[in-house]
Amino acid sequence: MDVLLLNCRIIDPVMGRDECGVDIEIISGVITAIGKKLKSKAPIKDLQGALIAPGFFDMHVHLREPGQEYKETIETGTRAAASGGFTGICCMPNTEPPISDPFVVSFIRAKANGNIVDVEICGTMTKSRKGEELAPMQALFDSGIKMISDDGSAVASAEVMRRVFEYGKMFDFLCTEHCEEPSMTKGTAMHEGKISTKLGIPGYPSVAEDIIVARDILLAEYVGGVRYHVAHLSTRNAVQLVREAKSKGIKVSCEVTPHHFTLTDEAVETHLANAKMNPPLRENEDIQAIIRGLQDGTIDCISTDHAPHASHEKETDIMSAAYGIIGCETAIGLGLTNLVHSGKLSLMKYIEVSSTNPRALMKLPQIKISEGEKANLTVIDFDKEWTFGSEHIQSKSSNTPFIGTKLKGQPVGVINNNQSWWRDKD
Amino acid sequence: MNRDLLGIRQLSTDQITDLLRRSDGYFLQLNSIDPFRKSSLLDGRTVANLFFENSTRTKTSFELAEKRLGATSVNLSMQTSSLTKGESLIDTVNVICAMKVDCVVVRHSSSGVPQLLRKHLPDHIRIINAGDGGHEHPTQALLDAATLQAKLGSLKNKKIVIIGDILHSRVARSNMILLNKLGAKVTLVSPLTLTPKYVEEIFGVRVVHELADEIKDASAVISLRIQFERQSRSLFPNLSDFRMRYGLTPLRIMETNAFILHPGPVNRGVELDNEAADSEKSLILQQVKRGVAIRMAVFEWLFEDK
Ligand SMILES: [Zn+2]
Repeated sequence: MDVLLLNCRIIDPVMGRDECGVDIEIISGVITAIGKKLKSKAPIKDLQGALIAPGFFDMHVHLREPGQEYKETIETGTRAAASGGFTGICCMPNTEPPISDPFVVSFIRAKANGNIVDVEICGTMTKSRKGEELAPMQALFDSGIKMISDDGSAVASAEVMRRVFEYGKMFDFLCTEHCEEPSMTKGTAMHEGKISTKLGIPGYPSVAEDIIVARDILLAEYVGGVRYHVAHLSTRNAVQLVREAKSKGIKVSCEVTPHHFTLTDEAVETHLANAKMNPPLRENEDIQAIIRGLQDGTIDCISTDHAPHASHEKETDIMSAAYGIIGCETAIGLGLTNLVHSGKLSLMKYIEVSSTNPRALMKLPQIKISEGEKANLTVIDFDKEWTFGSEHIQSKSSNTPFIGTKLKGQPVGVINNNQSWWRDKD
Repeated sequence: MNRDLLGIRQLSTDQITDLLRRSDGYFLQLNSIDPFRKSSLLDGRTVANLFFENSTRTKTSFELAEKRLGATSVNLSMQTSSLTKGESLIDTVNVICAMKVDCVVVRHSSSGVPQLLRKHLPDHIRIINAGDGGHEHPTQALLDAATLQAKLGSLKNKKIVIIGDILHSRVARSNMILLNKLGAKVTLVSPLTLTPKYVEEIFGVRVVHELADEIKDASAVISLRIQFERQSRSLFPNLSDFRMRYGLTPLRIMETNAFILHPGPVNRGVELDNEAADSEKSLILQQVKRGVAIRMAVFEWLFEDK
């Protein structure tokens, strides 16, 4: 893929660079020249001042394949990721069968091979996500796994979690926990608070999340040196627990989703099952705490928890509806609108939490926007005002409460693996 | 726009008063010893009773109201559990649309199902909420208010005590909203484990956990049914502990002139002892009669020419 990108604003936290009006020449997927008024034989693409950032990485995506191809496939899920501005994702292991053995890993690798989006794979912590026996960690490690998680549920037993940390530490796995104390959340469908009281819907209390975060931090400290990661953190107390653990030098990191810094439990009143997530949408105070956590570095990254479900699983009563929403296509719009354009987070910091930090946690090489480097880039029209609609959905599913939401800032292209994707002008 | 009855929350105080007034006429007819003269108000109309959750009483009450107004009733009783997960609602909606019904009466164990059906059904089909999850049960609250008004007159500033499982109770929620709109003073008496968080603030009620003297100066007591089917966990020690703290025992009812209401079916010896359920202060059978009258009034209101 050869292209001469005209009039870019390069923003690169790794190189510490923020520069407008620059041209970039890419030949065979490699950056060959960066400068003003470049001349090249490559086809020209005028970006009219669009942002060029190191490729965004989404650490938490449910691709559903193998086993639930009616919801999403590796093909449709990576297309959703690319159109959402991501050049890399990590797929979560709650597939059918779960990613508990190297055969499933090679199946996914084969299907994702040659994709514009890099697909990293998360293995399970315990065998078949049952929370009982340890997953075959050596075999998973040998197949290239860097992160393990029983995502979809927490490891309920503290004893098993301790052993996951101890055994997992030997591979320096990132041990990612879906923090939910199961005994407190059975049969619940939304956050426990004023709105659940009003609607009479069984509530999932914040403390059910906090308890597991606290337990795991204590275990991580006890084991010592293990890399512990809180998936889709949603509560103010969990932010504080992670902040305190970090200050004590415990190797803890965490991520938040765009929906958890955008919506509160009030969304359940209008969107019903399309606002049913796990963890649930919380309260305004939680959003404020999450934003402070992003500002002070307590929160390491933004991940989407892209969770596609077929319409019959979402357009139904809230108790039997599935948890989660698709998230790749709305992530950048929501992040720029609610964090950057609102003045809460600098653009540089936003790119760190979207690219630099997740790559570091996944032990992936950092992307540098400089000559001689492979082009792995996310292109963003920073000031574009748009309304998210079904025409923007590349996922096989369309379970989202954001249809009709006005956003500012839109991913318009990605370049990776000697390929490019560009959004048609709308 | 056609009318629906999705919840008490959507009704204005005037609409509530209007519905209660309409039901009085039907109540008089039901109370007379003459054979019931069928009305032709719903002639040619078809009403589908969709009960995704079991209920003998409410369903019978709706069916009687429909038949006495001349409607054709179809009954679809579906236990959610026996249906394929998820597909039931959308499928049902399509089935209903194909059958040319004018009104849907729906009961479901999940909050928000009437709202969801409103989104999916064509506008001309009226929807009546016959109880959704722990959310609302508007006809129950209306019939309770009609029963109370018949004995107490205006409910303004009257102390009404609601006792028991507030957490799971749609009856409590609809009653709190309705009684507030009519100016009554509502006190909840429930164990902390069965009291939803922030209920004082959200519903504008007083909350206490000890029964003590609360019913002595009350005008009426609404005792709620312990919903065993909704209790997936231990929320109180056992039935006798519950009765000791919250049951209307002979001793307790001797201390008060308050009328006793209960949405039924009563767990005798738990929420109400026989002495309470069968006392002259008990309005339980009045509630049943008012229930048919209220449902007739609701149909009249939904289908009147505007
Ligand atoms: Zn999760």
